[in-house]
Amino acid sequence: MNLNILLVIPLLTLAALFAVQDAVKVRWISFAGMTVQLVASIVLLFAYLAERNAGITSQLLFESSTLWYDSWNIQYHIGVDGIAIAMILLTSVVMVSGILISWNIQTRVKEFYILLILLGLGAYGFFIANDLFTMFLFFELAVIPKYLLIAIWGSGKKEFNAMKLVLILMFGSSLVLAGVLGTSYEAGVMSGKPSWDMIAIGAMNIPFHAQQILFPMLFVGFAVLSAMFPFHTWAPDGHSSAPTAGSMFLAGISMKLGGYGCLRVATYLFPEAARFYSPYIVALATIGIFYGAFVTLRQKDIKMMNAYSSVSHCGFVLLGIGMLTQTAMTGAVLQMVSHGVMTALFFGVIGMVYERTHTRMSNELGGLLKVMPFIGTCFLLAGLTSLGLPGLSGFVAEMTVFVGAWQVNELFYRTATVLACMSIVVTAVYILRASGFSMMGPVKNPEYSALPDATWNEKLAAAILIIPIVLIGSAPFWLSDMINSSMANWMTKLLTLAH
Amino acid sequence: MNVIELISVFAPETILSAMLVILLLVKIFGENVSRNVLLMIISFFFLVTAVVTLMLLPQGSLFGGMFVTGSFIGIEKAILLLATFIISLLAFEWLSNYKNYLEFYMLLICILIGMFIMISAGHFLSFYLGLEMATIPLAALAAFDVEKPKSGEAGMKLILSSAFSSGILLMGISFMYGTCGSLYFDEVRTMFTGNTLQIAGFAFLVAGFAFKISVVPFHFWTADVYEGSPIAVTAFLSVVSKGAAVFIFLGALYKVFGTISGTWIYLLAILAVATMIIGNLFAIRQDNIKRFLAFSSITQAGYILIGIVSGTMQGSASVVYFILVYLFSNLAAFTVVAVISDKTGKESITDYNGLYKTNPKLSMVMMLALFSLAGIPPTAGFFGKWFLLASGMSTGMMALILIASLNLVVSLYYYLRVVKAMFVDENDKPIAYIQSSSPAKLSLIVCSAAIVLTGFFSFIYQYIYSFSFGIQ
Repeated sequence: MNLNILLVIPLLTLAALFAVQDAVKVRWISFAGMTVQLVASIVLLFAYLAERNAGITSQLLFESSTLWYDSWNIQYHIGVDGIAIAMILLTSVVMVSGILISWNIQTRVKEFYILLILLGLGAYGFFIANDLFTMFLFFELAVIPKYLLIAIWGSGKKEFNAMKLVLILMFGSSLVLAGVLGTSYEAGVMSGKPSWDMIAIGAMNIPFHAQQILFPMLFVGFAVLSAMFPFHTWAPDGHSSAPTAGSMFLAGISMKLGGYGCLRVATYLFPEAARFYSPYIVALATIGIFYGAFVTLRQKDIKMMNAYSSVSHCGFVLLGIGMLTQTAMTGAVLQMVSHGVMTALFFGVIGMVYERTHTRMSNELGGLLKVMPFIGTCFLLAGLTSLGLPGLSGFVAEMTVFVGAWQVNELFYRTATVLACMSIVVTAVYILRASGFSMMGPVKNPEYSALPDATWNEKLAAAILIIPIVLIGSAPFWLSDMINSSMANWMTKLLTLAH
Repeated sequence: MNVIELISVFAPETILSAMLVILLLVKIFGENVSRNVLLMIISFFFLVTAVVTLMLLPQGSLFGGMFVTGSFIGIEKAILLLATFIISLLAFEWLSNYKNYLEFYMLLICILIGMFIMISAGHFLSFYLGLEMATIPLAALAAFDVEKPKSGEAGMKLILSSAFSSGILLMGISFMYGTCGSLYFDEVRTMFTGNTLQIAGFAFLVAGFAFKISVVPFHFWTADVYEGSPIAVTAFLSVVSKGAAVFIFLGALYKVFGTISGTWIYLLAILAVATMIIGNLFAIRQDNIKRFLAFSSITQAGYILIGIVSGTMQGSASVVYFILVYLFSNLAAFTVVAVISDKTGKESITDYNGLYKTNPKLSMVMMLALFSLAGIPPTAGFFGKWFLLASGMSTGMMALILIASLNLVVSLYYYLRVVKAMFVDENDKPIAYIQSSSPAKLSLIVCSAAIVLTGFFSFIYQYIYSFSFGIQ
């Protein structure tokens, strides 16, 4: 399978969108394009599994590489492994759902969908790229359109929040830029000419003193996108101001770009430094988990609540990566997928509620489950996934992280693991309280009793997200095995280093 | 040396001189020539000259080695001519209603000839001759809008600061002559031992160049001159004038002062950091779009210096490539500014509020141009910045690259301010729909296509690289 198809479909969709004016056509073209993309992603999954079952064990499948700038040795090198496939599937699911959720947008419809698909294009390119240049190109492409998306279609202090978000994310990306250039320079020192190819650089033994400088830049740069404490402040503001599909993309995909970059770029390229900095990562991740959870407790605005809980949940991703055991890192990727789908569903449902009631304060809502059974059920489902109910995806992911984390037999890491586990109780408190306030009980506001339930597009959007939640929750092994074997394949050097 | 050889080595200069004479004759005898046709012919003449220069790529030396040209210099000249072509497109609307339109082009061609002599100089005298031939008409151009006092002020400021910087340059050159006994680049290079007097002369030379490229702390003239000059002249100053100065600076540093590169690498790195930071900080506060672009161009000069610092073939290639990319990005922005200013006279960023609702296409081009200046992928500016920083990295100065990439974030803030004004902000009285003239449209199309496509076609960079040179 030619991976370029994953870029060609969004590009063709964009071209078609430029050509049409009518809002109805714009919606359907976007929907059709992203549905084809989802189908392509699923086909890719099966093609990948078939190749692996046939016994092909190379790090990347469906590789292709073209020399782009020969004097710089820059290649356009693409290829996927199990981790990338998981991320691509996540992106496709969230994109289709995001497009359906935004069906009712009335102002500048065309521009909205163009920006949304542009973001998606950036994410797809990022996940399939295997040389640092192409990767960075797509990485930034997935940042800038967010500014317009939030500033134009957002709510609240949208212009300030959009600027804040983009500048902080670009701060991360500038660290990544410097780190990438430094990496290629060090690779050039090792091999005689600059190299951008990740597998080639991973095979070199970059000296430890260089790793010590480059690893923090790359890791922190990517982790800013994952809302690592203390660079998390963009997340609540940005999420709460973003339009529904924007929040879904931000929390569902964009924060995962960060986690993926931390894992596949920083940790893969510089295993010795990752070992060296692991306590700091774990400490920051634990602070993020704990701090995020407690701040979430204080939120009355349900969108703010989910935004802060994303900070807490993405902490698990960083915790899993920081533990540096195979199981924990697999758990981190599972958590990325699980949280991506869960949070997209949550933001989607919150958007539906807000569109009907025009408030997001949990104490003003109440009894919505009776009025809108579908939306209410989805809300509860998303909440239960978030607090880690067995049978749903959140449990699988968090459990894997904890099991992997517990394998590290040192007091510091054990303490961090215990603390992170304890945060789940806090999660249960805020999720159950918010669900209770807004969904259960009597209908507080009589005006709400006549509100309509979800429309077809909203139902479809939610269903597309619920399927993977349940699928991962009840039968996780198809996904976790795929990620686990790729992890073993990629992280051989790291895993041989003693803890 | 026969005439054929003279003309072939001196081809771009000869064509330009011929055009200068023709324009003079038209001025005297051609009262009945249609102005618009003439303006179009002149515009395309620049394009044709650029193409001819690129096809011929003249090689050789003239006047006893005072004028030396090669393929790399040929590319540089073609880039400057291409920029002049786009500038003449964006000036079309303004000039078609302006009294002294022929004089504009006569001065412009004089400047170009001066710059060409300057970048092909093989001797400090011919270098200085070219520099002055470029500078004095440039000041006349800055003051060209005779009815506006600000334009006169700009001309005065430019001539005074240029005279000052020329004085400093001359001081440096005389030190060189005093210590080396020759003004030929080759001989200065071999005689250069790095003693104190020579280093002092070199410092004076760098200061003189820094004036032309508007490097901090020699940048004070930039904002006022950019604001006061007619838009076409501002565009010329920010792209062609700066580009030519960068080209000769690059050539001089690599070819003449390569032996003391250990000294100037750190000097330029410090200047680059100061330029980026100061340019960024001042750009944040600007409201006039021309002043805004002035400070943005100061910041870009900081990035160019990083490319020069590297001292490698990649460095010189990425500098020239960046100038090419910067030409398209900056001129796209200037075309939009010119179109709006010609029709409405509005030049402040707040006037651009709500522009997208009335002029979606202009706003899109402006956004593309600003993103390219900010170095956002997939625009050409991203590739240009990447190559500059990657070549700068070859010195191993991680801190320099880190500061430069952090500065990209700051610059994104003020570029986004303009984007925000156009796309997000509401305005009760937005600029009404503007029908831009066809030359302006051509310029917008050429620039946007180049911004989107240049980066993806690697042969452009590879072509420049194939002729580039490192420190010798």
